[in-house]
Amino acid sequence: MLGLTITQWLFGILSFLAIMFALMVVFTRNPVNSVLYLVLTFFCIAGHYLLLNAQFLAVVHIVVYAGAIMVLFLFIIMLMNLNADTEPRKHIVTRLIAGVIGGMLLIVMVGALKGAEQLTIVRAGASQIGLVKNLGQVLFHEFLFPFEVASILLLAALVGAIMIGKRDTNTNDKKVINN
Amino acid sequence: MLNGIPINYYIMLSAVLFIIGVVGVMARRNAIIIFMCIELMLNAVNLLLVAFSTLHQDASGQVFVFFVMAVAAAEVAVGLAILAMVYRNLKSIDIDLLSRLKN
Repeated sequence: MLGLTITQWLFGILSFLAIMFALMVVFTRNPVNSVLYLVLTFFCIAGHYLLLNAQFLAVVHIVVYAGAIMVLFLFIIMLMNLNADTEPRKHIVTRLIAGVIGGMLLIVMVGALKGAEQLTIVRAGASQIGLVKNLGQVLFHEFLFPFEVASILLLAALVGAIMIGKRDTNTNDKKVINN
Repeated sequence: MLNGIPINYYIMLSAVLFIIGVVGVMARRNAIIIFMCIELMLNAVNLLLVAFSTLHQDASGQVFVFFVMAVAAAEVAVGLAILAMVYRNLKSIDIDLLSRLKN
């Protein structure tokens, strides 16, 4: 098969799918379709994690992103009743300029690679570091303090989201009184 | 060399995904789509962190991906709450309307 191993085939297919779905996220007009394409992109990235033998991260990625964050996006979009008809569009010139700027940025990033030609090979097959046991030991020995700080951050975000999202009862009462 | 993939390919893939996210932020007006493109950029960086962590056989990179996911979850929760509040007041999440926030 063209001298490629099965891992290289999988890498190529997953990369192609990830890029295609990511393009569809940007270019689909309907926001609901956009969310669904983003979920597919996340599954492709989880496949990449599996190829790199980062099994714990692959599972966490699917659970957190495809399971939690994207469901949140879908809820908000359906709450707001958005569809392709109400979708605001930027002017064609703005979109063209955005594409040109993106292409130039890509050229800069790929051009920066040109000096690093030695092509180091990632050998993921024998890698043990992505397993839950090793990752847990590193997380709770070296990164215990950042772990606790992350929990405080999540708590603060939870409280903040509830405070912001709560309907302001005082102003509503005032409106009723004024009317 | 059972499954060798050059690290350059991972760098290229991450760069392309990141650029798609950047173009999405610049080209779209729907605030939710812009949020999703930011998620895409975060994921491109995560993928590269995991690739380099496997390359150097160092678990710190994967732990950092874990923290990035936690921060992304917090960001999405607060950001979507703000968007819901904006939609309640303006009946729209067009990002160009938000540019005159003080009115």
